[in-house]
Amino acid sequence: MWDYVKLIVLAAVAILAAIAANYAHDLPYMVNAIEVAIAATITFIYVLRHVGEDKTANPNEYQDGVIRAGVIATSFWGVVGFLVGVVIAFQLAFPSLNLGNWTDGIINFGRLRPLHTSAVIFAFGGNALIMSAFYVVQRTSAARLWGGNLGWFVFWGWQLMIVLAASSYILGGTEGKEYAETVWYIDIWIAVVWVAFLFVFVGTLVMRREPHIYVANWFYLSMIVTVAMLHIVNNAAIPISIFSSVSVPIYSGVQDAMVQWWYGHNAVGFFLTAGFLGMMYYFVPKQVERPVYSYKLSIIHFWALIFLYIWAGPHHLHYTALPDWASTLGMVFSIMLWMPSWGGMINGLMTLSGAWDKLRTDPVVRMMVIAIGFYGMSTFEGPVMSIKAVNSLSHYTDWTIGHVHSGALGWNGMITFSVLYFLTPRLWNRDGLYSLKLVSWHFWLATIGIVLYAASMWVSGIMEGLMWREVDANGFLVNAFVDTVAAKFPMYVVRGLGGAMYLSGALIMIYNLWMTVNAQPQRAAAYAGVPAE
Amino acid sequence: MDLYTLLREMADSWALLALTVFFVGAALWAFRPGSKVIHQDAANVIFKHDKKPGPVPGPSKEA
Repeated sequence: MWDYVKLIVLAAVAILAAIAANYAHDLPYMVNAIEVAIAATITFIYVLRHVGEDKTANPNEYQDGVIRAGVIATSFWGVVGFLVGVVIAFQLAFPSLNLGNWTDGIINFGRLRPLHTSAVIFAFGGNALIMSAFYVVQRTSAARLWGGNLGWFVFWGWQLMIVLAASSYILGGTEGKEYAETVWYIDIWIAVVWVAFLFVFVGTLVMRREPHIYVANWFYLSMIVTVAMLHIVNNAAIPISIFSSVSVPIYSGVQDAMVQWWYGHNAVGFFLTAGFLGMMYYFVPKQVERPVYSYKLSIIHFWALIFLYIWAGPHHLHYTALPDWASTLGMVFSIMLWMPSWGGMINGLMTLSGAWDKLRTDPVVRMMVIAIGFYGMSTFEGPVMSIKAVNSLSHYTDWTIGHVHSGALGWNGMITFSVLYFLTPRLWNRDGLYSLKLVSWHFWLATIGIVLYAASMWVSGIMEGLMWREVDANGFLVNAFVDTVAAKFPMYVVRGLGGAMYLSGALIMIYNLWMTVNAQPQRAAAYAGVPAE
Repeated sequence: MDLYTLLREMADSWALLALTVFFVGAALWAFRPGSKVIHQDAANVIFKHDKKPGPVPGPSKEA
């Protein structure tokens, strides 16, 4: 019965999407509609071929298939996102790489930049969050994932979102809001998938067979709930037509800017911090085989983080039309955030106390420690940059980009790599990783890459900030904008090289994980099999 | 009184107080007597159910 409902809905979606493609006002809408029609048709055929099959799952087994798919998707989108990042880094150094004459602007920096940010944050980071949340919530709740195949809906729904967003960006679809560029119908789809994610997560927590809700789940849950709220409020917009990708935001002027940066900063605070801290609180203790240093500190860390982060957004709008009190409020809360952030860092690092020798023997632990180190570094740099006097120098310069990347490459990237190294042998039941030596190579390539990236952006950012404000004896500006662009060239090349090193580290990881699954012996079964008669 | 002023008054007084009290209360609650055992227990949850879900909680139905 349920299968027939699904078939009817999928058929309706496919037909309506095809009709919408026919009436489309613009190219990104038309391409997206065709993609939706194709996706609905493929799902229709899949459901049709499995009608009436018994889909009851064993509640005494974990649902790991969707997590395995998540590991593959995270690795794949990671490499795609890093590759686009390297391309746009070199486009900035060598503008002829935009290939504007041949491609009609399709791979211009302006189109590829949101593709890069969305690919690394939402495709790489999002898949990492979804799959690790599914792993952690099952293991710490001692219960199978709730909702049957709803977990698979979340997985495939998220991949569809990524494909829609990517094709929309390069064809010119955008809402013009940073990290929220996806057009209105993709926003609606994100909300649907995300609420399904919430149901799966909370359902598993409710069905748990363990009295405690482990602290990592608190971080994951706060991430899911807050991102839903931020996404829906910031993307409130009215489409100009049901057949157009263009929409008009319901806010205007400074309110719109404030809502955007309330969203933007908390996307960092909850998506890229709280969610990834959930990873830290589960996978670091697991890998070093010791419980977290202080469970009390983790609770304080949690409440302090969520109570302070939500107010920090206005620091993105210093010296703008935003009222002074709001920007001061954002600055003060940003500075207060330093404390819980470092409390969390100390908690993560001190989990190694008594097991520091693992830093020498286990490159995966080394990766986790450098991730936590970068978390501490960027959560110190952030509050410094939020101070108005500092911000007047750093704002709009490459310093900001360097700061973001020391957090994203150092903290989010490194902790995700270590989780992938942790999960792959376990999920495919293999006897450890293929090569620890290759993990070390990955570690050093990525670390040196980040150092090159951050250092070149500090130099470039402070230089251009100083050049912009330099005045001569008569009060005239000394430098034209183009002077700063010319002066930044060597730093842009160094940054591109840093990114290329980071990308090659990730490619080594892919090879290592691939060989772990395909060339490592199966782990011995827990009990000897009964011989066939 | 227009909506902005109303919301602003609320935000600056009762909402601020409620949030602060909740936050301080949550932090103090972590240090309540007897929490140490509970927290130790919770911190070790991650080592318990790696391979399979645990038994269904509640009184055992088998004799």
